[in-house]
Amino acid sequence: MDHLLDVENLWVRFPTRQGIFDAVRGVSFTLGRERLGIVGESGSGKSMTGRAILRLIRPPGQVEADHIKLDGVDLMQKSEKDMRDVRGERISMVMQDPKFSLNPVMTIGDQIIEAYRLHNRVSKSIAWTKALEMLEAVSIRDPDRVMRAYPHEMSGGMGQRIMIAMMLIPNPEILIADEPTSALDVSVQRQVLDIMDKLVKERGMGLIFISHDLNLVADFCDRVLIMYAGRIVEVCDADKLHDAQHPYTRGLLNSLPRLDAPRDRLEVLTRDPAWSEAPSVSGRV
Amino acid sequence: MALSKDSGKGRARASLPPWFKTTVLTLGSIAVTMLGLLFVTFIIGRVMPIDPVLAIVGERASQSTYDAVFLELGLDKPLVVQFAYYIWDVLQLDFGTSLLNARPVSEDIARVFPATLELATLGIFIGIVIGVPLGVVAAARKGSWIDQLARVLALVGYSMPIFWLGLMGLLIFYGILGWVGGPGRVGIFYVDVVPSVTGLILVDAAIDGNWDVFRDAFSHIILPASLLGYFSLAYISRMTRSFMLEQLSAEYITTARVKGMSEWDVIWKHAFKNIRVQLITVIALSYANLLEGSVLTEIIFSWPGIGSYITTALLSADMNAVLGGTVVVGLIFILLNIFSDLLYKVFDPRAK
Repeated sequence: MDHLLDVENLWVRFPTRQGIFDAVRGVSFTLGRERLGIVGESGSGKSMTGRAILRLIRPPGQVEADHIKLDGVDLMQKSEKDMRDVRGERISMVMQDPKFSLNPVMTIGDQIIEAYRLHNRVSKSIAWTKALEMLEAVSIRDPDRVMRAYPHEMSGGMGQRIMIAMMLIPNPEILIADEPTSALDVSVQRQVLDIMDKLVKERGMGLIFISHDLNLVADFCDRVLIMYAGRIVEVCDADKLHDAQHPYTRGLLNSLPRLDAPRDRLEVLTRDPAWSEAPSVSGRV
Repeated sequence: MALSKDSGKGRARASLPPWFKTTVLTLGSIAVTMLGLLFVTFIIGRVMPIDPVLAIVGERASQSTYDAVFLELGLDKPLVVQFAYYIWDVLQLDFGTSLLNARPVSEDIARVFPATLELATLGIFIGIVIGVPLGVVAAARKGSWIDQLARVLALVGYSMPIFWLGLMGLLIFYGILGWVGGPGRVGIFYVDVVPSVTGLILVDAAIDGNWDVFRDAFSHIILPASLLGYFSLAYISRMTRSFMLEQLSAEYITTARVKGMSEWDVIWKHAFKNIRVQLITVIALSYANLLEGSVLTEIIFSWPGIGSYITTALLSADMNAVLGGTVVVGLIFILLNIFSDLLYKVFDPRAK
């Protein structure tokens, strides 16, 4: 299987007053042209993993890895300036809440065009046409009006589709979606996911889907990494997630409310300190 | 969105365009604020234990002279009527006569205010041109030497007494080095050389094409203006830094970085655009403070501005001059506030 991305022994560290805090502890995985889910609770290091791949961890945070290879080229060796050619053009990221991830004082058109023109030397009018096409591709009605509008005039679902359009317009190979639907109404979650899925498939991209929603990931992804305290505790195929073996994964599954088996009281996850000490499971294929 | 615009509310007021409503509201708020200000100054003028009649006629005047002036000033009328007269006068820019030099206060203010305006404008210009970039860089390179330097500069600016800095500046740059002109607006040979058009000597000299006067006036203004600039810089750079830090931690900044943007563009094209509104408030406030007249600076540099004018008037109980000056300062504050409100609408799409 050809790997788009190959991450080996990734660490993310933050110095704190109590000493160094390891947010991600030696994570290894590969990504092909697939939908890879990363699940875990808040603070498990899943978002940090996504940002570390783009080398977006700001000092004093530190990223260390044996390698983060994109098509065989190690991103860890690249200068900050060279990383700018990777960001957006080859690896892109959609964040949680479009209310905060779009610049409030710039028109949507300007922001999309900017994303395109950073990597393509074209005139504004060509970029404008391209942006219109992209907005249509994410099912935005009346894209001409939306281009001239400001983010606060958009609903959450529209905002997130705009984000997807903006992040896919330079035609990257990998999209990291960091909780892309968590801030949206349930009714539009599915719609946004479908659009993202369609575009990722059409373009033969790799998708890293970061979420805390086990059912969503099981439903939507091909393969799942389960993270706990900065480590991968289990790797499994998404359709077999409900048969997962690790007690942490089992605990998470059991603490979910279910329509088909109502319970008065949901199960509480009891944590075994041994989980966080056990070595990270490799997510390599 | 499109729906709500066409709904009943819009139709009912179809004859009034939205800008009309905004203008009326703005003018209304100016009027109400000014009325409040005038009321306060009027009351102060009346309750002060200074007899305005006595101040004019002197202590040795006869009772008949006293009474004549008393009637002339309208002091026999009820307070409400006096207040109405006062407003009527102020509306015609008549603040009464200065007790000190028997000239109309409005003429005095028209003479001293341009001096302050010139000084304050150059001061705030220096404060913005240095303070804003300094604050932005301090935020972008938080914790670096330049951040520390900015911190020390601002701390010194906050804590150093301005009269001391002013005296030291005069001593060093005028007394020892001779780089700048001394106190006053121009050297003695250049006084009243160019005709007064705007009252701003730099502008008047430029209009007249008299560059000798321009150079001399500039060498006189640059030191006090730098001093005022430094003090506003201290405030502006600190505020800019904290506004920028807030924006730089926002998620849309991550978005800009994910797009592959250079850090320079992330800072100036994305983060900076979002602090403009807050920055305007801070700058307008600093500018208003400078326009109020920095009494100490004006006194040290013998600058004939509104600050020293009001202070002199106050010390000699010249109430007409004090109140006239106060009303003008109040008006400046109100106008600057409205101006910054208007700029909000230009810079923040959400304010429309």
